[in-house]
Amino acid sequence: MASLPDSSRGARAGRPVEPSSDRQRRLAAVRPRLLAFARLQLRDASEAEDVVQEALIAAVEKDDCFEGKSGYETWVFGILKNKILDALRAQKRRGKWQSWDDDGVEEAIERQFQETGRWTKMARPRSWGDPESTLASERFWQVFDSCMIALPDNIARVFTLRELMGLSTQQICEEVGIKENNCWVILHRGRLLLRGCLEKGWLSEAE
Amino acid sequence: MRILMCREATRLMSKRLDTSLSFQERMSLKFHLAMCGACRNCNQQFQLLHGLGGVLEEKVRPASRDTGNNAE
Repeated sequence: MASLPDSSRGARAGRPVEPSSDRQRRLAAVRPRLLAFARLQLRDASEAEDVVQEALIAAVEKDDCFEGKSGYETWVFGILKNKILDALRAQKRRGKWQSWDDDGVEEAIERQFQETGRWTKMARPRSWGDPESTLASERFWQVFDSCMIALPDNIARVFTLRELMGLSTQQICEEVGIKENNCWVILHRGRLLLRGCLEKGWLSEAE
Repeated sequence: MRILMCREATRLMSKRLDTSLSFQERMSLKFHLAMCGACRNCNQQFQLLHGLGGVLEEKVRPASRDTGNNAE
């Protein structure tokens, strides 16, 4: 896992040092976004609060390490990702990841396909329109949030590790303790469930 | 070449986002997508989901893109 650079060449000679009050203002401004991200990943509001708090404190303490190569907020986001991974590992140690039960997932996917393997009439994917305007819509993100909450825990965990945290399936196997093949199956299911849920919530509004 | 059904096609379009497909798999998928509009929509939706992490990361950055002191 990428760890934070510990060289502190942040205050290079000749570079104006940003006043810390400005940094603090920026941290306060970015906090809601960080919290939303952590909630999606940890699926526990109070754990998400804790992890964001830890990340913000680390950002202040390690202020010297910020080299200005990436934007400040991006750097803080990287710290948060590391903290989230730590928290996930702790969740796993506490046995929070044990149930790999199907939870009706197979049935939900069966409903999308006919026996022949073709889409059912109900589930046939429609166009979501221009991706950029989809992503710019507040409504889309609201629907995405509720669809993520509806997703079974373990599928959501693997999905977010892959699609939000950007881990490779190999890395996910190590973190979660599953085979890569299994990982692909879970991701396939997660994507199918999410697209079905999103399409229902997202396109229904347009009608 | 094996004719894919939609369900199997979604498996390949999902897998393609996580690893590389065999030549056989690529050809079957390409052929299926050329014929099936519903699966083309599904493929776009999977790709949109796949890009969400980057979008969320982008959202974290202030809109003005003023990163302050990083004039290199």
